[in-house]
Amino acid sequence: MVTTVENYYVSEYESAAKTLVGGNLPWLKERRALALRRFAETGFPTVHQEAWRFTDPTPIAEARFRMADTAPDVDPAALRRISLTAPDKIQLVFINGRYAPKLSNVPAMQGLYVSPLAQAFQTSDRETEKTLGLLADVRQPFTALNTAYFADGAFIRLSTGFSSAEPIHLFFISAGTGVMSHPRIIIDADSDSKATVVETYAGLDGESANNVYLSNAVTEVRLGENARLDHYKMEMESATAYHIATMQVVQERSSSFFSYAVLLGGSLVRNNINVVFNGEGAEGTLDGLFVASGRQLMDTHTLIDHVKPHCQSHEYYKGILDGQSHGVFDGHIIVRPDAQKTDAYQINKNLLLSDDAKINTKPELKIFANDVKCKHGATVGQISADSLFYLRSRGIDRDAAKRLLINAFAGEIINRMGIARLREGLSEMLFARFNGGH
Amino acid sequence: MLEVKNLQAGIAGKTILQGINLSVKAGEVHAIMGPNGSGKSTFANVLAGRDGFAVTGGEATFNGRNLFEMTPEARACEGLFLAFQYPVEIPGVTTNYFLKTALNAVRKYRGMPELDAMEFLKWIKEKAALVEIDQTLLSRAVNEGFSGGEKKRSEILQMAVLEPKLAVLDETDSGLDIDALQIVSRGINALRSRDRAMVMVTHYQRLLNYVQPDFVHVLVDGRIAKSGGRELALELEKRGYGWIEEEV
Repeated sequence: MVTTVENYYVSEYESAAKTLVGGNLPWLKERRALALRRFAETGFPTVHQEAWRFTDPTPIAEARFRMADTAPDVDPAALRRISLTAPDKIQLVFINGRYAPKLSNVPAMQGLYVSPLAQAFQTSDRETEKTLGLLADVRQPFTALNTAYFADGAFIRLSTGFSSAEPIHLFFISAGTGVMSHPRIIIDADSDSKATVVETYAGLDGESANNVYLSNAVTEVRLGENARLDHYKMEMESATAYHIATMQVVQERSSSFFSYAVLLGGSLVRNNINVVFNGEGAEGTLDGLFVASGRQLMDTHTLIDHVKPHCQSHEYYKGILDGQSHGVFDGHIIVRPDAQKTDAYQINKNLLLSDDAKINTKPELKIFANDVKCKHGATVGQISADSLFYLRSRGIDRDAAKRLLINAFAGEIINRMGIARLREGLSEMLFARFNGGH
Repeated sequence: MLEVKNLQAGIAGKTILQGINLSVKAGEVHAIMGPNGSGKSTFANVLAGRDGFAVTGGEATFNGRNLFEMTPEARACEGLFLAFQYPVEIPGVTTNYFLKTALNAVRKYRGMPELDAMEFLKWIKEKAALVEIDQTLLSRAVNEGFSGGEKKRSEILQMAVLEPKLAVLDETDSGLDIDALQIVSRGINALRSRDRAMVMVTHYQRLLNYVQPDFVHVLVDGRIAKSGGRELALELEKRGYGWIEEEV
């Protein structure tokens, strides 16, 4: 009998399940079983589906990843090397999907609960039950796979009125080859709370390593009335790794969500951000930057669902594509019949640094209300010859001038970020990346 | 300092400069005037090395070196400066950062130590005062949202910062109101020195009322049709370019 790859993940499940957190919780067992069934039914997506038209996940399916048996020891110096901010005052580190307590710092703060899921399931499983698997769409194959297979993850709960500017940093580090991890993150913010969360995904040996692994993350966020979340995603996987992620955000009345998604590493990267405005006056700002070179494929899909009136969404994504890389930006905005006075705009600008790089950019606006403001735009360009000559005529050599212009292009997104160390680290990283040879 | 002999150049297969001869020595200020389409801006851009312009004949040496064998950045480092007719906007790069990068590139080339942030701040403060430029301009992105006058003043500031041996000013007076023209002119005059030469490319002699040239050349159809002192500029102001074109 031919074993399909879907069968492979189903038949492997029984032995893997023993090592997954929350095995004793009936509700979780049920949700995991349902997810696995869904995955068995749908299988991996194919390029025949509209949402995967440009991004072929076949190499991921064919790789038949396994759960890592052991996680290597990672010392704090290694963590600092791959992180732009470590050590952070609040940080949870996961290696191959498993919590690494020695590398983590979780200071006690009034009104803030941060812990690995394993612990949250023991102390407050009712809280997790309210959210986990109920926001993200389990009909999506990778979300289903994550739900069935997540070994651990992070639970962040903000009590009413909690406010802190100290970033809560979640590191998901992959080590070795042939392994998969399925990080699961829950952020549950009560009314009037405010926090900053950073998710970093990286290969232990840095961006240039040749490890083939799969990192498939799902983040579920609920923002209560007037809550505010600033969320940063730094994707810096190894050059040959696969990264798939879905973030599902549900916003109540007058809440605000600021998202900064930066994609830098990985051979095939798909980042989905879905936001639902479930209450009036909510606001969402989605900014992003993807930088691809070589043969990297970076695919961003965003979906903003204006369900209620008086909500605002602002979306600004920039792509820098070099070599034979391929970028995809698909920005979907739905304005439901009730969502009057919606204000939505979406911009995607791309810089192509080589003749062989390409971008598919597609705005998709579905508007069912009549009193709304919606704008969108997309541009694709190259480094301006006039700008280059201007800089060179002032003594700046060609390569340095190019780097300066690339950084200036990226800077528009980077400068919107509220964490100084992240801004500086990113700028330095981009300068280094485009240093010579381009 | 600059020796141009029988220079022929053009763009997109069309010859524009039909054999230009010009000799500029340290301390001299030359004005190159001429009607529209005579090749003034082409000449300025060819000297600075802009892509797209092809030199098809003749030669130019700058401080004894073959100008056309040098990249635009090498020309700048050797001391050639072009003040642009249309300065380019560069969003995302502050004027401050741009100038520091440029100055240090030039200093490095010239074997001088690079300036750190504090030293640069002092340097730029002096230069901004010299050319009467408000320092708030420095924290704005290069030329982005600048008025016409601000753009030209920024060019003069760049010249002050980079301390070139030869400055080529391409239509620096265009688009300036009388106040801006006076400020820019004072800036240019402040930068005149025994060691520095200037070539001012201009359609009108307006700028020459404030910055007095030692020599005036009239460019017609890609050739220098007439040369003289500053009285030639005054005559052009009165009589226009027609009589020279007829003489040719």
